[in-house]
Amino acid sequence: MNFDWTAEGPKLLELLYGVLAFLAVVGVLLLVLDKLPLRKDRWVAAAFLFPAGALLMIGLIIPAIRTTILSFQGASTFEAKWVGLDNYKWIFTQREALITLRNTLLWVVLVPLIATSIGLIYAVLVDKARLESFAKALIFMPMAISFVGAGIIWKFVYAYRPPGEQQIGLLNQIVVWFGGEPRQWLLDSPWNTLFLIVVLIWIQAGFAMVVLSASIKAIPTEIVEAARLDGVTPWQMFWQVTIPSIRPALIVVLVTITVGTLKVFDIVRAMTSGNFDTSVLAYGMYDYAFVRYDSGKGAAFAVLLFVLVTPIIIYQIRNLRQQRTIR
Amino acid sequence: MSALVDPPTAAGRVKRRLSSRTATVVSIVIALVWTIPTFGLFLSSLRPEDQIKSNGWWNFFSDPQLTLHNYGEVLFSANDQSGRLASYFINSIVITIPAVLFPLFFCALAAYALSWTKFRGRDWIYIAIFALQVVPLQMALVPLLSFFSKGIAIGSTYWKPWDFQGPDKFIQVWFAHACFALPLGIFLLHNFMAELPNDLIEAARVDGAGHARIFRSIVLPLIVPALASLAIFQFLWVWNDLLVAMIFADGTEKTAPLTVKLADLAGTRGNEWQRLTAGAFVSIIVPLVVFLSLQRFFVRGLLAGSVKG
Amino acid sequence: MASTTRRLLLAFAAAGLLTVTACSSSSDTEAGKDNPNLDTAACSAYAAYKGQGLDGKTVSVSTSIRDTEADLLKQSWKAFTDCTGIKIDYAGTSDFEAQLPIKVQGGNAPDIAFIPQPGLLATFAKQGALKPASAATKAEAEKNYSPDWLKYSTVDGKLYGAPLGSNVKSFVWYSPSMFKEKGWAIPTTWDELITLSNTIAATGMKPWCAGIESGGATGWPATDWIEDIVLRDQGPEVYDQWVAHTIPFNDPKIVSATDRAGSILKNPAYVNGGLGDVKSIATTSFQEGGIPITQKKCALHRQASFYANQWPKGTKVAEDGDVFAFYFPAIDPAKGKPVLGGGEFVAAFADRNEVKAFQTYLASADHANSRAKLGNWVSANKGLDIANVSNPIDKKSVEILQDSASVFRFDGSDLMPAAVGAGSFWKGMTDWITGKSTKDTLDYIESSWPK
Repeated sequence: MNFDWTAEGPKLLELLYGVLAFLAVVGVLLLVLDKLPLRKDRWVAAAFLFPAGALLMIGLIIPAIRTTILSFQGASTFEAKWVGLDNYKWIFTQREALITLRNTLLWVVLVPLIATSIGLIYAVLVDKARLESFAKALIFMPMAISFVGAGIIWKFVYAYRPPGEQQIGLLNQIVVWFGGEPRQWLLDSPWNTLFLIVVLIWIQAGFAMVVLSASIKAIPTEIVEAARLDGVTPWQMFWQVTIPSIRPALIVVLVTITVGTLKVFDIVRAMTSGNFDTSVLAYGMYDYAFVRYDSGKGAAFAVLLFVLVTPIIIYQIRNLRQQRTIR
Repeated sequence: MSALVDPPTAAGRVKRRLSSRTATVVSIVIALVWTIPTFGLFLSSLRPEDQIKSNGWWNFFSDPQLTLHNYGEVLFSANDQSGRLASYFINSIVITIPAVLFPLFFCALAAYALSWTKFRGRDWIYIAIFALQVVPLQMALVPLLSFFSKGIAIGSTYWKPWDFQGPDKFIQVWFAHACFALPLGIFLLHNFMAELPNDLIEAARVDGAGHARIFRSIVLPLIVPALASLAIFQFLWVWNDLLVAMIFADGTEKTAPLTVKLADLAGTRGNEWQRLTAGAFVSIIVPLVVFLSLQRFFVRGLLAGSVKG
Repeated sequence: MASTTRRLLLAFAAAGLLTVTACSSSSDTEAGKDNPNLDTAACSAYAAYKGQGLDGKTVSVSTSIRDTEADLLKQSWKAFTDCTGIKIDYAGTSDFEAQLPIKVQGGNAPDIAFIPQPGLLATFAKQGALKPASAATKAEAEKNYSPDWLKYSTVDGKLYGAPLGSNVKSFVWYSPSMFKEKGWAIPTTWDELITLSNTIAATGMKPWCAGIESGGATGWPATDWIEDIVLRDQGPEVYDQWVAHTIPFNDPKIVSATDRAGSILKNPAYVNGGLGDVKSIATTSFQEGGIPITQKKCALHRQASFYANQWPKGTKVAEDGDVFAFYFPAIDPAKGKPVLGGGEFVAAFADRNEVKAFQTYLASADHANSRAKLGNWVSANKGLDIANVSNPIDKKSVEILQDSASVFRFDGSDLMPAAVGAGSFWKGMTDWITGKSTKDTLDYIESSWPK
């Protein structure tokens, strides 16, 4: 092994600059904020929000505006040609695109609900159990695996060989052990979408479990004790004490997973590439914008993603209003 | 901890009353279902190439053959210059550390402003940032890349005060990751900060402390668990990211991270399963170690404060 | 709470840091030097690159060629880089086709890209992102490649680069040992091919096996089938009209060719040996599509020359070995020998001297031979000495490419607009395999052709 350390020098130096720059930014910002005679909250807020705001403007807001403009244009980004609402009309009239919409709804409903439920159940069950942290690590492990890695793992699980051959996929092997015929799990719509959804649930349950477990542990013991003295049953305890106590955490988990689910595309890409009626909006966006070079239709898919998130935004606004009135 | 002295937490009680045998069975079933796919891949990565391709990993139990060859190939000899994986490994670290630190601090600042300063339009800014979560990364690639290569547009001319060459390309990657991490980070930290007790902040204000001081000496120490949790999620995201790295680093061993190298291992026509399985494990070792060692921060929790209404 | 001294220190650190980063990006070494090696005898072949001040300059290359094949490529131009002092920054990426337009639009294009799709190359050329080939590159390209090949990288009369590697797609893989054992002969006409398929099917073995799954590009092996058969069923003129869309995609002639392909690919008696039913073609990865031949579960697999790299370790690829390929027979041999193939083109996004020099070198016979000597390489370069090609299937490919009876056509899906060639054509063929009718499939693809 002839490893050239001198080539790594500049990189590590760059890392040092990066960390120093970070410390400098933190130091300077705090110093400036401290010294500035900012009387009004408005100015303080402006100063606090400036770094994040600048990054958001360059990295997300400008791209979002550009995407919206692109969605009213034709295929080529090189020569802008206005097509009005054609791209949207196309989405709502093409069978392929309609199925994409249907699948997205299926994902968005099933993944947050099931992943959160499993995460919650598991968090309750292993709470204070022996080897708790080990048990949690098992469920969390999929989070540490990249989407690409997860795709590889599950492709192995769903692999198909014809009857009579040696199965290499676990699921089909189990079917065969029970005397069934091996099936092509990823081929038959709409069931194949469910098999893809399983993969994301597998990944996200760990996130739900970690966050919910933390907030379960934070439930004040007095509340639990009081309930116990009232003689509630375990079921009542779960529904009337645990759930209400962790409600804010539950909402955060559901919302985060929902947004994550809307954006999922690596899993579909790795497992079926959107074939066999398994495409979702985010994959359609990628496929049209970067594989078929039709940036107009790709952008239209992306804009639909923005639209789909509005119910959650409205819910957030309501939530925020409630929070403010309480305080 | 024995069951007898189980402290009376809500979950503990639910579990004990729900005939604990069912509970044990259910949790073991979940744990198994969640672990077996990864375990299968792990076992596959240790099997000889022809076996991986011809039969399932469970055949290992009837015909145990193990080899470290796949790992050797991934780590040392897949390319002409052996030892290069180490170079990619360093790139991953150089990318990850600042890409976690910067957004963390900016998120905390912004979340503070959105929860503890009062100004008109505050809620709308918060909602707007929340909504930005849904902007797909892919749509931001072209504008961000042209920002780096052409600079800031002023009318029809461009102002570009930088020129990123060689290791400076890392700056682009940090910057991109920082942008994409903000909406979720601000959302999570805001949820946490908004739940901090009002009296604490008010008391400090009465003592004449400014916002900067309250942020630094009261809020920051209190949100350490939340920051730690966010850091872990951001770490996982950056470490496992392929897309941002492929676009903003230049794909050579000078700046590209481990994930790019692993994608490369699939070969031009991608059928090197034995390398993929081993490569997948090489790449998850670091996140797993980080998670296990920082797990106690999770226990205190991302949202531990949120229940105190 | 930080003391004043600590704050001051931090402020100094910040100021210092800004100056350090400002200084760290030093400019390149000054231009205009030749590498001293150029004057040595060993470098006499590169005398043409003298006086351009190439020493120490860097050329960035972006391509989809990765891993072992990338190492061989890098080795192949070592003599050139040693002599001229040019450094090559080579980046092979798995997602090349999606990334290149992002980088070009973002103003961050590589100096050189090896583009396998003439359609994509033309888009970049029309948009003005590509630099036309220099006079030296043009001369070298015209000396070494037939006009047939160069027309794929010529846009509006300007040449944008020469081909690099090539492949021949009109091959049917088989097992010579199996054929010998069973007494089967290699078919030389389409009718013989069908008769042989029936003979094999009568023994209870499914004669053909196939797989078209290929990640984001799933479906491409099936498009190759259709293209190969349009070329045979309808001839090169109709093929050109079809690719250029002067006849619609769902023209009756194309329907007839697709049905002919279906008579094999969608025939349950013929497919899919060792892999399942007809539908299993859609979920079998193309890398695994031919493997059942080595397990004696199928006998025939139509796939390009590069499939030679996919066989399991220890499989002998030779005319008397475990696997080999025969030419996918023509329907009417009197009309010549239709050949479907592909390759990548060396296109330049910059016109600095070192970029031009590298582009010129890659078009030369010198590079083609240098690369061929390292194995696993096919090129349409006329200066390629067949003695340098060691692998029997590569040798056969080069012979076919250099055969004057061959009617060569480039892979049609790479020539069509991406919306079809990398989109609806792939997807349509995948649906077709899983049961959609020929007419519905072709209608769908036609409707997606950009207007």
